[in-house]
Amino acid sequence: MLNYRVVIFAFALIFGVVFSIPSLMQSESGKKITLGLDLQGGLHMLLGVKNEVAIASKSKSIAASIKYIFDDEEIIFDALKLDEDTGVITFEILDRDDLAKVNTLLKEQLEGVTFSESGLKYSLQMTAEEIERTKKDAIDQAVDTIRGRLNEFGLAEPTVAKQGEEKILVEVPGIKTQEDEQRIRELIARAAHLQLMAVDEERIARVHTMSAGEAKSYGDVILPDVNTGEKYLLKAIPILDGSMLTDAKVGFDENSQPVINFTLNGQGAKIFGDFTAISVGKRMAVVLDNQVYSAPNIRERIGGGRVQISGQFTMEEAHDLAIALRSGSLLAPVYVMEKRSVGPSLGADSIKASSIALVLGFVLVVLFMVVYYGMAGVVANVALIGNLFLILAIMSLFGATLTLPGMAGIVLTVGMAVDANVIINERIRELLEEGKSIAKSIEDGYKNAFTAIWDANVTTLIAATVLYAYGTGAIKGFALTMSIGIMASMLTAIVGTHGIYQWILPKMDKNRLGYWFGIKGSK
Amino acid sequence: MQLFKYEKPLSLMAQAKRFGILSIILVITSLGLIFTKGFNMGIDFAGGTVIQVQYDQKAPIDEVREILGNQEGYKGANVTYFGTEDEIIIKTKTSSQNVGVDIGDQIRELLKETQGFKEVRRVDMVGAKVGSELREKGLMAMVLAIIGILIYVSFRFEWRFAVASVMALVHDVTIAMGMIVLFGVEVNLDILAALLTILGYSLNDTIIVFDRIREGIRMIKEPDLAGIIDESVSRTLSRTTLTSLTTFFVVLTLFLFGGEIINGFSFTLLVGVIVGTYSSIFVASPILMWLGFSVGGFRAKEAEKLKREKEKEKMRAMYEQGTL
Repeated sequence: MLNYRVVIFAFALIFGVVFSIPSLMQSESGKKITLGLDLQGGLHMLLGVKNEVAIASKSKSIAASIKYIFDDEEIIFDALKLDEDTGVITFEILDRDDLAKVNTLLKEQLEGVTFSESGLKYSLQMTAEEIERTKKDAIDQAVDTIRGRLNEFGLAEPTVAKQGEEKILVEVPGIKTQEDEQRIRELIARAAHLQLMAVDEERIARVHTMSAGEAKSYGDVILPDVNTGEKYLLKAIPILDGSMLTDAKVGFDENSQPVINFTLNGQGAKIFGDFTAISVGKRMAVVLDNQVYSAPNIRERIGGGRVQISGQFTMEEAHDLAIALRSGSLLAPVYVMEKRSVGPSLGADSIKASSIALVLGFVLVVLFMVVYYGMAGVVANVALIGNLFLILAIMSLFGATLTLPGMAGIVLTVGMAVDANVIINERIRELLEEGKSIAKSIEDGYKNAFTAIWDANVTTLIAATVLYAYGTGAIKGFALTMSIGIMASMLTAIVGTHGIYQWILPKMDKNRLGYWFGIKGSK
Repeated sequence: MQLFKYEKPLSLMAQAKRFGILSIILVITSLGLIFTKGFNMGIDFAGGTVIQVQYDQKAPIDEVREILGNQEGYKGANVTYFGTEDEIIIKTKTSSQNVGVDIGDQIRELLKETQGFKEVRRVDMVGAKVGSELREKGLMAMVLAIIGILIYVSFRFEWRFAVASVMALVHDVTIAMGMIVLFGVEVNLDILAALLTILGYSLNDTIIVFDRIREGIRMIKEPDLAGIIDESVSRTLSRTTLTSLTTFFVVLTLFLFGGEIINGFSFTLLVGVIVGTYSSIFVASPILMWLGFSVGGFRAKEAEKLKREKEKEKMRAMYEQGTL
């Protein structure tokens, strides 16, 4: 007779089938299971951020601002220097009358710095809170920047997310070859730190004999040419940097070589125009990631804020570089803490291997149940199939990720899900052997078996939950499929089979216990 | 079909000492292995790089070893076949922080010219810091899972049941670890997952037996614990064996056909299923007895619990009738 249990089971089965169809058919629409990177191939990285570099470059840009502000306000100053190890900026003003004005300017125009003054010598540095904020900004900015770059590159659904306080998770599915992967990694890692720097024309003649320390003492820095390696002596504090860039595009120079044309924002264009106006006849270096790409002579004031980078790029390099420049520079370099990459062919092999294991294991269990329990085994198998569909449906609805250990979890669930039915069937057999009626044996069998199944499943769930909370990546997938499998099995293996028994009870024949329950030598 | 037909209880408890000694020997041997030979820590916990390379034909493994041996950074690299002879695995203890060009790229450049080179299929790299973090987290997971289980079983049964089940768990996990060490299985995150699964699985088995013992204490008149345990274990024997069999089937197929990558995982599970079954039949229940579990005491407590519940109900009834 029809009963509520079998109705619930039927609904669960329909629910399971309907919602697992999109995943099984790989249809375009509908919610479906995503394959983990270990199955579909792809790149998984955990990146760290070198905060100290972000802090140093922030100090540098503070120093650059000071220079700009003072020049603008016509304050005469000297010996503006940044100690990169301590982050302390020092300078000296020459006119005592400027003292009050300098103090006001520093207070009003610069944020997050403290300064002290003695005998016209100033010493200035970032506050502790500002340092903390810079660190946080560096990682947030890195997340945004990397995300922007990957999106512009046109990759399918990359994930870029902050993990914890100081890690960045990057996941890029669907990479075809290792060469492509390397290109993507280079795009991610590219600092894309663009600087326009003045050449120190007074001292550059001596650059070949100059040490880095000596250059530093002049407030200069030695940087190599990207192609020739030739050394340039440049003013360490840049005229302006990539933060004032609004757009970067690939173009071609007169020799049809790919170049990158970029445009500065209003402020950048003004600074650039002003600088070129007073520097006619001198050289200005276009520096990208601490390498000099070109150092043209300034012939006249350049307005409009358009600058070009040339440097014997291939088309691919120019394309990636333009993306990197457009999405902004990384305030601080990123480094790899963990990386896992799987080629698509290996992922396909893994799917194949674990599917074979799943099917084979499933067939073995199903056959065993029928041979051992007769019709009761068939009932258990119906529940098992329902269980598999439910797992797929629930995972599809949550858009969960199926990983290789996750596949193993499903395989394992197949073995463990029939456990409930084994317990129940053994109980029923016991009662039947005591001579109880079929109906009574079934009812009492379920009653007797319930606490054991419940307690056993709850404890397994505890282990799986801990695994989920503490596991990472693929292992989480294992804990997930196992938990879903256990919970689904409570519905299918307990409620479902109970309902089926009650439904077919009128057909069950006490004289054919061998057929119905596989009992040997039944009377 | 029926493999086990319950006729009369097996006299297991009379043999308990022998199984106890066997288990103690196994556990001590495993501990000895763990502490002398030690785990073969994989990159997840030790840090390092694993590179899987596929060839169109039999991989020229000696040539690969020679090429890498001549490179400063890869002198200590370990090169082995992986699954088939067409694939090799290169393991180094080093990892690079460089995002752009990493060890995988360097190896690809070095091996590109070797005969039959097809592609680099997998590059896993774990930095030392992440490795130690994962190790801590893994240990933490293990401890938390055991504590959680201890609390739940104490709550549902009695503390001696909890202690006995956890001791059986520790027994199983220790022996499984011993086997991992013995066979030099590389310990990565998946092995940790397998060990936690064994935890859950073995407990599952133990609880089913304990549930029957709990039931036996309530139903069987004779207050002799050994007798009750014998009967309960015998009555659940067919279930324990059957479930173990079905699980064993699927784990075996996973081991044989699941592919090289999850081989360590399925191996660990295979050991776990066997040991877990053994322990829930022969180890967990005797511990219960040795811990001085008293049937009389348990019954008195149960009766007390029942009485309290009845009283509560009475009060509730009175409350509902408005007499309180």
